[in-house]
Amino acid sequence: MARARPEPMHVVKQRRDAAFTALVDGIPYAQFLGISLERRGDELTGVLNFDDKLIGNPFLPALHGGVISAFLETTAILTLAWQHFLPMVEAGDIEIEALTLENIPSFPKTIDFTVDYLRTGLPRDAYARAWVGRSGRRYATIRVEAWQDSRSKPFAQGTGHFLMPQPKDSETAS
Amino acid sequence: MVDSKKIAKQFIEAIPHARALGLELVELGQGQAEISMPYKPELVGDPRNGVVHGGAVSAQMDTCCGAAVMCHPEAPAGTATIDLRIDYMRGANPGQTITAKATCYHITRNVAFVRAVATDDDVDNPVATATGAFTVEGR
Repeated sequence: MARARPEPMHVVKQRRDAAFTALVDGIPYAQFLGISLERRGDELTGVLNFDDKLIGNPFLPALHGGVISAFLETTAILTLAWQHFLPMVEAGDIEIEALTLENIPSFPKTIDFTVDYLRTGLPRDAYARAWVGRSGRRYATIRVEAWQDSRSKPFAQGTGHFLMPQPKDSETAS
Repeated sequence: MVDSKKIAKQFIEAIPHARALGLELVELGQGQAEISMPYKPELVGDPRNGVVHGGAVSAQMDTCCGAAVMCHPEAPAGTATIDLRIDYMRGANPGQTITAKATCYHITRNVAFVRAVATDDDVDNPVATATGAFTVEGR
C-alpha cells in the first residue's frame, strides 16, 4: 500500500504562518509595547520596536526597566506558546480556517519571573531569544536573554516558571 | 499635598513609559510608595478574558519599587534596578485599577532591598508580589 503523498511545502508554510500570526496578534499589550516576533524555522526572536513611550529615564535616556521585563516575559510566553501550539496545528487538531483569536489555545500563565538588568537599555530596537529548559504537562521553566547592538553583550536576562494551558482550559474557552 | 510629594508625583508621572501606562502616584515617603494603574484595554494580555498582562504589572511594580528607594530617608541620588522577581498569584479582575505598594526595607551604601505587593479591588487577595535589589547611586 502506498504511503500518503507528503503535503507540498507551501501548504505547510502557509499553515505555520497563519498559526504564527494568530498567536502574535493575540496580545493587545504586545501591540502596545511594539513587540513583534520573527520566525526562522523553529527559532523565534522577539523584537522590541523602539518608541519614545518606552523610555523610563529621559535624562540618559534609557528604556524603562518594566518595559525590558515585559519584553522578556512576552518573548518567553510566545516561545512557549508556539512550542505548545504548533504540534496541535500540525496534528490537525486546529484547522487554519478556524484560527481566530477565540479558538487558539490559552497562553501559558506566568507563575514567577525574575529579571537581571545587566546594562542600560539604549533608546533603540532590542531583540530577545528564549530557551525552554523543560516544558512538562503542567509546568515549564524558561530562560531569556535580550540584546541590542551585540548578541554577545546582553543587556538583560530573565528566568521564569509558567503554568501550561490545561486541556480543560481550552474547552471552557471555546 | 506637601510640596516634595507634589514634585515627586510630577517627576514620576513625567516618565514617558509611566505616562503611557497611565501610572498615578498615590502615596510616597519614608521608603514607601504606592502607585496605581487604572484599567486600559491596551494593557490586556489575553483578549478572551480581558486580564491585564503580567508585563504591565511588572512595569508598575518596577516603577513603584524605584520610587520607594528614591524616597528612603537615606535618599540616594539615583537608583537602577539590579534584579526584580515577580510572583503572580492570580489574574487581575478586568476593569479594576491595580495598586502597587512598595517598601524599601533595608538600604546599604551600595544596595537597596525592596518588596512590593499589587492588588485590585479584592485587596485581601494579592494579584502579585515582588522582591528586588536596586543600586544606590552616590548621595
